[in-house]
Amino acid sequence: MSSYRITGETGEWEIVVGMEVHAQVVSQSKLFSGAATEYGGEPNTQVSLVDAGFPGMLPVLNKECVAQAIRTGLGLRAQVNKYSRFDRKNYFYADLPTGYQISQFEHPIIGEGKVEIELSEGEKRIIGVTRLHLEQDAGKSIHDQDPTRSFIDLNRAGVALMEIVSEPDIRSPEEAGAYLRKLRQILRYLGTCDGNMEEGSMRADVNVSVRPVGEEGYRTRCEIKNLNSVRYVMQAIEVEAERQITIWEEGGTVDQETRLFDHVKGETRTMRSKDDAHDYRYFPDPDLLPLELEQSWIDELKAALPELPEDKRARLEKDYGVSQYESGVLTAEQSVADFYEEVARGADARLATNWMLGDFFAALNRTGRSIEDSPVSAQGLRELLGLISDSTINGKIAKEVLEDMVETGDSASAIVDRKGLRQVTDSSAIEATVQGILDANADKVAEYKSGKDKLFGFFVGQTMKAMKGKANPAMVNDVLKKLLSA
Amino acid sequence: MVFDYTLASARDALRKREISAVELVNTHLEAIERLDGRLNSFITRTPDQAREAAKAADDLLAKGEGGALCGIPLGIKDLFATEGVRTTAASHILENFVPPYESTVTANLKRDGAISLGKLNLDEFAMGSTNLTSAFGGVENPWKRQGSDARLVPGGSSGGSAAAVAAGLVLGATGTDTGGSIRQPASFCGIAGVKPTYGRCSRFGTIAFASSLDQAGPMAKNLRDCAIMLESMAGFDAKDSTSVDKAVPNYEAALDRGVKGMRVGIPKEYRTDNLPEEIAALWDQGIAWLKDAGAEIVDVSLPHTKYGLPTYYIAALAEASSNLARYDGVRYGKRVTGPSLDALYEATRAAGFGDEVKRRILLGTHVLSSGYYDAYYLRAQKVRTLLQRDFLQAYEKVDMLLTPTAPSGAFAWDEKPTDPVQVYLNDVFTVPASLAGVPAVSVPAGLDSTGVPLGLQLIGRFFDEETLFAAGHVLEKSASFSHRPTLHAGVSA
Repeated sequence: MSSYRITGETGEWEIVVGMEVHAQVVSQSKLFSGAATEYGGEPNTQVSLVDAGFPGMLPVLNKECVAQAIRTGLGLRAQVNKYSRFDRKNYFYADLPTGYQISQFEHPIIGEGKVEIELSEGEKRIIGVTRLHLEQDAGKSIHDQDPTRSFIDLNRAGVALMEIVSEPDIRSPEEAGAYLRKLRQILRYLGTCDGNMEEGSMRADVNVSVRPVGEEGYRTRCEIKNLNSVRYVMQAIEVEAERQITIWEEGGTVDQETRLFDHVKGETRTMRSKDDAHDYRYFPDPDLLPLELEQSWIDELKAALPELPEDKRARLEKDYGVSQYESGVLTAEQSVADFYEEVARGADARLATNWMLGDFFAALNRTGRSIEDSPVSAQGLRELLGLISDSTINGKIAKEVLEDMVETGDSASAIVDRKGLRQVTDSSAIEATVQGILDANADKVAEYKSGKDKLFGFFVGQTMKAMKGKANPAMVNDVLKKLLSA
Repeated sequence: MVFDYTLASARDALRKREISAVELVNTHLEAIERLDGRLNSFITRTPDQAREAAKAADDLLAKGEGGALCGIPLGIKDLFATEGVRTTAASHILENFVPPYESTVTANLKRDGAISLGKLNLDEFAMGSTNLTSAFGGVENPWKRQGSDARLVPGGSSGGSAAAVAAGLVLGATGTDTGGSIRQPASFCGIAGVKPTYGRCSRFGTIAFASSLDQAGPMAKNLRDCAIMLESMAGFDAKDSTSVDKAVPNYEAALDRGVKGMRVGIPKEYRTDNLPEEIAALWDQGIAWLKDAGAEIVDVSLPHTKYGLPTYYIAALAEASSNLARYDGVRYGKRVTGPSLDALYEATRAAGFGDEVKRRILLGTHVLSSGYYDAYYLRAQKVRTLLQRDFLQAYEKVDMLLTPTAPSGAFAWDEKPTDPVQVYLNDVFTVPASLAGVPAVSVPAGLDSTGVPLGLQLIGRFFDEETLFAAGHVLEKSASFSHRPTLHAGVSA
C-alpha cells in the first residue's frame, strides 16, 4: 500500500479516488449510425439524419463498436456480460439532438475487471474496474465565435464511447496518473481507443474524497469533470483534496457536487451543486433490443486479441533476458516493443537492448522523431548491431555510423564502406602500430613495468588514435599485454 | 361508377384498362376538392404529384407492367415522413417541416405503384382518440346520426385516414396504431383496419409516439383491400432494429380460408358492467356468425385486462416524453427564440405543442422521474409481461379472440368528455393487444340505434395476421355491411 498522506492542521489525511474514463472507440462509423468518426472534419460534415435526431430516425447498433468493447473488457480481464441493454439518459442540451443520450445504465456490457499499476519504486497495485459501458458522445457547442450566438457541431454526436468506471481504490495522485497511463496503454495495445487526450479521445472524471488516516468508510465526494491530461488529473486531485481537508478542518462539511478544474489558477470550482443535479430519467431505449452475445463470438474475439502489455513484458524478460525496468520501457508502446523485437530477433539480445535504450532512443530524442517515423528502421539497426557482433566495426565506430544513418538514411554497411571504417583485425598491422607506440613512449613503458598499471589505458588510447579507432579493441588489448610483458 | 370501386376492384379494373389511373386519381382529387373543405381529413394535398404519378402508372399499366398497387390512390397519415412533402404530425412544432427522406412503409407502397393524394389529419403526434387534438383542426366523421346534423368525431388518432376512406376520397390509407389508433377510428367510420404484429412493418421514418407500441397498418373499405396494402407495407427493414426478419405471406390468399374447425376465444373480462347493450348484442351476433361458419366458441380469461389502460398510459407516455424531446427548436421545425437556451426551449415547446401533447409529456416525465420510476414505469413493465402472458395462455386454447373494438360508436365533437381519463377509456378494448404486441383487426359489423357504425375486433397470435384476415372476412360476409355515410364522394350533395 502506498502511503500518500496530506498533513493538515489536525493530523494526517488520506485521499480516496475513483475515476470514470471516457474512451472514444476506434471505429469507422458511429455507435448507431453510418456517419464517419474521423477527427478534424469541417463542422457538421459527418452527421447522419439519425445523429441529428430527425423525426422517425432510428438507431441501429454498430457491431464493430460492440466488438471493441468486448476486446477492451477481455484486455481488462473483466467479465463480459452476455446480456446488456441500452438505456436513454434524458436531458436537454443544444448539442444533444434527440434530448437523450443512449447509454448503458443498469446492464453494462462489461462487468468487474482489474488494472495493475506500477509505481515509481516498482511497487505494484491492483485498481478494480467496476464496469465498462458503451454510450454515445454528444456534439460540440461553440460559444466563442459570436457575441450573441452559439454554434453547434454535430460531427462528434453519436460517436461511440466506452465509459470505464474504477472502484474507489486509488489513494494518491501518482496512482491516479499511473492508472490512467496504464489504461491508455492497454486500450492502445488493443486498438480499441487511440488514447489521444489532446483530441479528446480520452477524458477523465475524477471522484475525490478525503478522510483522516485510519477512519473507516467514505466521506462525501466531489466529481471533477472532463480532465484531458494525466498531469491535470494529478493536479486536480491534489488541489481538490487540500480544499476538502481545509473545509473539514475548519468544521465545515463538503457538499456533494460536480466541479471543474482550472489549470491556469490551479483550483477547482463548482459547476453544479447536488440540488441542480439532473434527474436523467433513465429507462430502456425502446428503439433497441437487448444486446445478447454468443459465447462463440466472444471466444473468437479473445483468440484474436493482441498480446497485452503485461504478457509482453513477461515474455521479453524471458526471451531476451531484459530487466524489469527495461521491459517496462520497451513495452510502454506497442510500436516500441515491436521495433525492439524486430531488432533483437536474430541479433545479440543484450546488445540490442543496450542500443535501443541508449543510442537509438537518444537519436530519436535528438531528432524529435517517434518510433513510427524513425529515421532508422529496425532492420537497419539490426544490421548495424550485426556489424558489431561480427567484429566488422567496434562499438565506438558504431555510434558514429548510427549518427550517419540518422542523417543520410544510408545503410550501416554502406556507411562503413564509404568511410572505410572496417575494423582492422590484421594482427601484424596492429602489432606494428603497438610496437611503434611503445617505442615512442619508452619512459611510460618503464613506469608501467614498475607498477603503474593505469598506463595500460593510455597505450590503448594511443593505439586506437593511431589507427583512427578502427582497430579491434580486443586484439589491441591482447597485443599490448603480450608486448608489454615481453 | 368510380366511387363503387374497392381497392381490389379498382386494381383489377386498372389492369383490364377499364379505367385509367389518371381518371381514377382525378375523380378522387375532385371528390377531395368537393368534400374535404368540410371533412378536413387532409392536412396537405399533393394533386400535382398525384397526377404525374398517375400518368406514369398508366404508361406501366399499358405495357402490362406495374406493381400490385399500380395506379391506386391512397392517403398517407401525416405521421409518415414523405420526401419533399411537408410532414407535420398534426403539430405546430412541425408545421413547416419537409423531410428529405421517405419512411420505409410509404417507400414500399410507392415501390408497388401506389399514388399518394396527400397527407391525412390525425391527433397531434397520434395522441388522442377523437382527432380533435390536431393543430390543423378536427376531422368530421362522414357518418351522421339519423335525423341529426351534429358533427361526430372520426375517432383517433388515425381519424383523417378513417374519414377519408369512409367518405370515398381514397381507396385506402395508412394508419398507425399505438393503443387503438387504427382500430377505433376504423370502427367509428365503418371501415376495416389492421394493426399488424409489432415488428411486422418498419417504424423507420414514422414519427414516434411510443416506440415499443407504434405499428403501422392499413385502413380501407374492407379486409381484402387491407390485405393487399399490408403485403406491400410489411417486411424486414435493417434500419429498424425492432422490425422482424420474417417472410411476408400472401395475405389476400388467406381471406377465403374460412374458420371451420377454428377455435375463437371470448374473453370474459371484456364483458364489462357498463358495456352498452347494443354493443354486447353485436358481439353476440359476431359470435353467432363465426359459430355458423364452423368455428368453435371457447370462453377464455385474460385476468390482467383491467390493468391494461393504466399500464398502457404509463408505458406509452414515458416513451413519448423522451421521444418528443427532440422537438426543441434547435435544428428543424418551429423555433421561438428567447434570451437563453432554456428560454428558447420553453417558448418553442410552449407554442409548438398542444394541450394534450403537453399533458402527456408531463405525465410521461413524471412516471420516469426519480422516486416514481419503480412505482410506475417499472411496475407497468411487469404488468405488461403479465398481460402478454394472458394472451399466450389463451392461445394455448384458442386460435384468436373476438371482442368489440370500442365501448361506443362515434360521439359528437361537443360530447367529448372534459375529463381526459374518460377519453382514454375509448382505448379499453384495444390497448391490451398493443401492449402484448399481437395483431388485431377491426371490421364494421353493424350500426347502432342512432345509425353510426360499430366494429368488432379480432385479436390473433404473433405474426398470424392470416387467421385474422380469414375470420374477419367471415364476419364481413355475414354482416354484409353495405351502408354508406351521409357524406360520401359517390353521393351528390
